[in-house]
Amino acid sequence: MLTAALRKELLLQWRTRGQMMAVFVFGATALLLFSFAIGPDASALRTFSAGFLWLGLLLSSTLTLAESFHSEMENRALEGLLLLPSDARALYYAKAIANWLQLALLGIALVPVMVVLYDAGTLQLLKLLGVILLGTAGLSAPGTLYAGMTAQVKAKQMLLPLLLFPLIVPALLASVKATSLVILGDPMNQSGAWLTLLAAFDLIYWSLCGLLFGRVVEE
Amino acid sequence: MANHHTLATVQDLAIDVEGLARRYGRRWALADVSFQVPPATVVMVAGRNGAGKSTLFRVLATAIRPDRGRVTVGGFDVVRHREDVRRLTAILSHANYLYESLTARENLQVVADHLGIRRDGVPGVLEQVNLGARADDAVSTFSAGMRKRLSFARILLQEPRVVLLDEPYGALDPPGFDLVDEVIGELKRRGTTILMATHQWERSSRLADMALVLEQGRVIWQGPASEALAHEPHAAPPLRGRAVC
Amino acid sequence: MRSKTPYVLLALGTLLLLFGSYWGLFVAPSERYMGEVQRIMYVHVPTAWNWMLAVLFAFGCAIAYLFTANAKWDSRMEAGLEVGVLLAFLLCIQGSIWAKPTWGVWWDWDPRLTSVAVLLMASLGILALRSFVDDPSRRAVWSAVATIIASVDLPIVYFSVKWWNSLHQEQSTPQTVSSAFHLPLRVNAVAVLLLMIGFLMLRTRVAALRLERESAVPQLQQEAGELA
Repeated sequence: MLTAALRKELLLQWRTRGQMMAVFVFGATALLLFSFAIGPDASALRTFSAGFLWLGLLLSSTLTLAESFHSEMENRALEGLLLLPSDARALYYAKAIANWLQLALLGIALVPVMVVLYDAGTLQLLKLLGVILLGTAGLSAPGTLYAGMTAQVKAKQMLLPLLLFPLIVPALLASVKATSLVILGDPMNQSGAWLTLLAAFDLIYWSLCGLLFGRVVEE
Repeated sequence: MANHHTLATVQDLAIDVEGLARRYGRRWALADVSFQVPPATVVMVAGRNGAGKSTLFRVLATAIRPDRGRVTVGGFDVVRHREDVRRLTAILSHANYLYESLTARENLQVVADHLGIRRDGVPGVLEQVNLGARADDAVSTFSAGMRKRLSFARILLQEPRVVLLDEPYGALDPPGFDLVDEVIGELKRRGTTILMATHQWERSSRLADMALVLEQGRVIWQGPASEALAHEPHAAPPLRGRAVC
Repeated sequence: MRSKTPYVLLALGTLLLLFGSYWGLFVAPSERYMGEVQRIMYVHVPTAWNWMLAVLFAFGCAIAYLFTANAKWDSRMEAGLEVGVLLAFLLCIQGSIWAKPTWGVWWDWDPRLTSVAVLLMASLGILALRSFVDDPSRRAVWSAVATIIASVDLPIVYFSVKWWNSLHQEQSTPQTVSSAFHLPLRVNAVAVLLLMIGFLMLRTRVAALRLERESAVPQLQQEAGELA
């Protein structure tokens, strides 16, 4: 069941891959704009680079998440699958995984932009990848649930960030901290604690949202 | 199918609706609907716009829950045994359940994957609805009539015991009408119970065994399809009581 | 008939709050290190305790609604969310008033203050969602789901902010202050509790009435009469 749903998600994403490019450009533009907010202070930019990366990713994620339910809602395709019947949890996890993949790719693509704009390079690429994977998983799980909810409401563009952003505070905080430690160095060896927090956040929301999704999409 | 077995022995009715009511906010779309359909019957559901036909179908397909009353499909309660009802039924609704960015073939493959059946059946049903030549075009390039035909292919793929067709003739051209008649004929031969809501009175009364006339969320007439023409909602005085069919 | 209980509770709560605050502000001794500023504790701490109760209440109602689908839990949840927003707002203001003389800044990234602010935003988001959904049962389910998710977030926010930055006081509970501060604090806690219960009851009543009017349907029989 999950493989069937996942196959569908990947196919849909492949068909709309042009959107991923657009979201990337949006995120890169956001990173560019943040640097204007700080001014040409190289050391300040480098200090805040992790925060900017994750803010850019967070802002772009609302586009990705909302778009992932567009094709489900325009002809009520999601309802069609539920009536086959399909397991709502499988549909949720497939979409959450697909969104996770897309956000992680976006995060990876934004790293070079960050390095160039803020002079925030690092050689610990594997660790950075780990942070991006854990952080975007934290965005994707509740984000997919709320996107599924708000896709059915009139004011969807407004409600998704309104509901998602406060919730995401711990994940954002931990991701920014962990990324910062990767870029600026981690003399006290603190990044493990942040990654643990992030993993706990992921675990809680990946299980909780899977349980609740059925109630959100079924009438 | 095991389910069909249950259908025949446990409860000798394909659909049993008793005192069904459903509202949207303050408005009762279905006020009090009761009727029974034996298996392998084609039922024509007539009524003007807003009479409650679509709501009735959505309740039977378990897309929405009834507010009052008891509804069973194939002996399964639509609230308590939702999954079983879903396995038995297929609905052609106003929303066509298609992914615009996928091709006709891919849309059906997605359905087959979710049903857990092999994808082999897909080309066959596409041919059946005359979409073989356009199988690999994205649905976004399809006309309304072609989408409708693809929706029919989706239903054929599901091999349901109960089919709910909400306006099967809508958006189709005359060859499309004949195609729908063929598909309905085929489903009928397979012993499928069919409910169809339509404004094509003459055409559907030829295919149907019995007819229901809905008005303002109530059944105002039911009887043999051959007599239905005389009971068009605006022509017929509201009749009460349940005709045996 | 409508119960008079909430009004009685509100009156009692107000009297008790006046009494406890008078005690705390004029009778209780001044704190040695923090001076007069510390007296804000007599309203701040009771507000904080009761805010947590309101959050728990909304969380409980959300779970109860998902299991029972009974509209009265939805009305109670709405009341819990709104009273929670009021208390959280008061907490943020009191926290700022406290922070300015103590640390010289209006806002302090203390884990408790930040958690309150985050949940305040989340609750406002849920109330906004409620205003955009017309169908009562979908509205109830969605806000119950969002309330559960936001409540689960609260401890995570708290601990993450605590790790991130902790320069605040130890938790203020009656155990860490001497008994001279102890009693007025207790009195005010009970006062705010009574006020909160009164508000919850009234707000639940309003929510239930609104829901009733919104989905009030003419009886089926009546409608049949109209049709004929």
